Amino acid sequence: MSEIGELDVAGRGTDAPVAGMPPTDIADPAYFHKVVDCQWACPAHTPVPEYIRLIAAGRYADAYMVNWWSNVFPGILGRTCDRPCEPACRRARVEREPVAICRLKRVAADYKDDIRDRLPRPATAKNGFRVALVGAGPASLTVARDLLPLGYHCVLFDQDVRAGGMIRTQIPRFRLPEEVIDEEVGYILGLEPELRLGRRVESLKALLDEGFDAVFVGTGAPKGRDLEVPGRREAAAHVHIGMEWLAAVSFGHVKSIAERVVVLGGGNTAMDCCRTARRLGGKEVTVAVRSAFAEMKASPWEIEDALSEDIPILDHLVPLEFLHEGGKLTGVRFRKVRTERDAQGRRSLVPTGEPDLVIRCDVVLVAIGQEAAFPWIERDIGVAFDRHGLPVVDPVTFRSTHPKVFFGGDAAFGPKNIITAVAHGHEAAISIDLVLRGLDPLRRPPPEVRLTSQKMGLHEWAYDNEVSLEARRRVPHLPRSRALASLSAEVELGFNPEQAWHEAERCLNCDVQTVFTRELCIECDACVDICPMDCITFTVNGPEAELRGRLKAPARNLDQPLYVSAPLATGRVMVKDEDVCLHCGLCAERCPTGAWDMQKFLLETARAGCR
Amino acid sequence: MTYLPKPKLHHPALPKNALGLTHRDYEGAISTLCAGCGHDSISAAIIQACFELDIEPHRIAKLSGIGCSSKTPTYFLGTAHGFNSVHGRMPSVLTGANLANRDLIYLGVSGDGDSASIGLGQFAHCIRRGVDMVYIVENNGVYGLTKGQFSATADKGSKSKKGVVNPDSPIDLVALALLLGATYVGRSFSGDKAQLVPLIKGALRHKGAAFLDVISPCVTFNNHKGSTKSFDFVREHNDAVNRLDIILPQKPITAEYEPGEVIEVPQHDGTILRLLKLEADYDPTDRVAAMDYLFEHRARGEIVTGLLYVEPHSTDLHDELGTVATPLNRLGEAELCPGAAALAKVNAAHR
Repeated sequence: MSEIGELDVAGRGTDAPVAGMPPTDIADPAYFHKVVDCQWACPAHTPVPEYIRLIAAGRYADAYMVNWWSNVFPGILGRTCDRPCEPACRRARVEREPVAICRLKRVAADYKDDIRDRLPRPATAKNGFRVALVGAGPASLTVARDLLPLGYHCVLFDQDVRAGGMIRTQIPRFRLPEEVIDEEVGYILGLEPELRLGRRVESLKALLDEGFDAVFVGTGAPKGRDLEVPGRREAAAHVHIGMEWLAAVSFGHVKSIAERVVVLGGGNTAMDCCRTARRLGGKEVTVAVRSAFAEMKASPWEIEDALSEDIPILDHLVPLEFLHEGGKLTGVRFRKVRTERDAQGRRSLVPTGEPDLVIRCDVVLVAIGQEAAFPWIERDIGVAFDRHGLPVVDPVTFRSTHPKVFFGGDAAFGPKNIITAVAHGHEAAISIDLVLRGLDPLRRPPPEVRLTSQKMGLHEWAYDNEVSLEARRRVPHLPRSRALASLSAEVELGFNPEQAWHEAERCLNCDVQTVFTRELCIECDACVDICPMDCITFTVNGPEAELRGRLKAPARNLDQPLYVSAPLATGRVMVKDEDVCLHCGLCAERCPTGAWDMQKFLLETARAGCR
Repeated sequence: MTYLPKPKLHHPALPKNALGLTHRDYEGAISTLCAGCGHDSISAAIIQACFELDIEPHRIAKLSGIGCSSKTPTYFLGTAHGFNSVHGRMPSVLTGANLANRDLIYLGVSGDGDSASIGLGQFAHCIRRGVDMVYIVENNGVYGLTKGQFSATADKGSKSKKGVVNPDSPIDLVALALLLGATYVGRSFSGDKAQLVPLIKGALRHKGAAFLDVISPCVTFNNHKGSTKSFDFVREHNDAVNRLDIILPQKPITAEYEPGEVIEVPQHDGTILRLLKLEADYDPTDRVAAMDYLFEHRARGEIVTGLLYVEPHSTDLHDELGTVATPLNRLGEAELCPGAAALAKVNAAHR
């Protein structure tokens, strides 16, 4: 016990068992990781708040490198990512809109210095293993990035003459400039993989026979779905598969389109098709989707951009027939439907009984889905496929039923997005490395985790804990007349440094964790009183469902955990609802004994080569 | 060194009271007291009590003297009236304000230095006159602003942070308040809001002099071993005689108790103070018995807390003086200065 005159804090608390929630195990990296909602939601688990702080500090190159190690394509993703991080952002739960995470990533890419000195160098010593990477898209490039510095000899195969895959062929230049692709793909090619571009791989068996130690299949989902309705064959010259058409535009094979265009489909490909058509001469471009507008698969911001380019999106229209006259398309006939749901919430589209709608047009672009296709993989060499035609792939190791063959990206589990492909690439690279080192690929290397106190003084922290009340900023756009006049003029201009600073300040620093040491707590209530969000309660323990209802503010968001301490001196426990914590650090500032501390939790996922 | 303002953002599911306000709307400026100060918890309890009673903040006048405790009115009810007076003189200013405008709710906030030393006389006379008010002493037993000397409420034999033993007898403000005729007397602890918030609510609804002695550990100078006003000591020696539940007029009574477990004390405005007995024989409406109990238990080293005394049909200074129902500050010159003839009449009555 302490001397007279000192705060008596030693050996407090009681270990007597109390019914209720067990104390939270903060030594488990998953606990604090989940509190960093954006990082948890990101398939590649990019440490988002870490790089946002660097952007706020004007350290763009450092911010870029945090991204580069994690997601490989910061400049590309900063323009095209599906942003699973943003719906997860805590800011949306405590204010209104999430932090513009994706566009901040782009700021790091736009304003960084030359970072080539910071990139890994080509391996000077090779380890003798040869890995084939089929398809030079984001998944394969990630595998190459991770394996090349370790000394693996990687061979990139692609049907196109340039590496990049769908990033190059499917995303229009007005969303993603060619220089950005060249730069970031170039960083990987700088690691000196062997390139076999411009010709298709026709046989996996032949590839394996060539003696590769491992084959990674990252061929994406290159096959656009067709729409087999009457008139399709007769009007074939005027009905294009959206994906193929976008690729043809990208390669410069298609330079114009007729004036009246109908785009079928409600995904991001449909949005890219209609906006591209507007730029190639389409004057009346209409998007028709089967489902309700609210259920469209396209990202909300892509829909918004399409609408702002005078492209009407008509919903609840099921295409029935291509109308044609003498081999010329004249229009599309649609049945009008409405959405109904059964007791299980299953959706069905029911005809409304109204007369069919005919939209007159000269060209139709079909963008109703895409799928993986593996005509080049022999079915008798040990790679099993399921009834949907997808390979049987282990979701942890990304290994197929053939010990040397791995899958990733859209080729593994169907169409997702770039960031998912990158995440797959990292995991597959780890597996390939483990397998070739003779280790069990199911024994995954743990992430690297650091927990560092941010305390600098009585009321000073190593992070900016003041909570900005600013609303989300809109990214400036090119004036519409100029945007529509060019296929390659980038529509989004990106934040300037000042706008970026304001947006970065909106980040709540969710990675700076509230860490509670119950032995130091004297139960003075200071943290309870100061907490702006009423997150903290000292109370008797109880079962979680019951406890959630009687906290200072009810903890109704079941996706968010409760942080529960072991019993304190009074027998009560500290319960913190993580849901809407602002990470402002006021609890720690007001704590007289340091029982609360703000500690930065930095989690970096394992990479190939980790031991 | 700066303190961040408390962020304006609040919990999305924060409850609202009948006025449509959340408890955040009852806050004041950010506190500049030491981290962990018991006084901040008392401010939070006042905020909670006013929120729960649906009191419009501008209906409250906060008055204080000098000291750590007397700084706190800045930290709650930012939109209430406030007067930070001279050291120990809060009771006089409060009495004057109350006489001038009887429509406001008067909340005097003071400390053990402000009320038990320099302002002891003011305290005594304000209580004995029955001014309608809530008088809260945030009692930490030390002079925190001058680095922790014993105050007049420090117990004899308790030790200072440096180990010096206090040789003087303490002033027990609760005993004094009972002796001087306060009609609502309670003691509580800053670390027990479940007890403190209802006591403040009851005091706010009480007519007459309501006095609350709230032990509030000074984390900087008086929270060590040997102190009798530390978190640990108060928790170990707390003898709560009852738990208070405020039943507002027209509000249904929800909790059911066995007969004899509960004492109900009606207030002048229809409020019912419902007291769950924790000490079977304690009768909070018996002033003499309350004083006996208090002295007995203090001799045993126990700190008696709860609603210690309440007079069901209390009166206040205005009743005694027979002042008009309309607040004086709303009367016109004609009513306040009725002229020479009226004065002559008054003088004649005294001849």
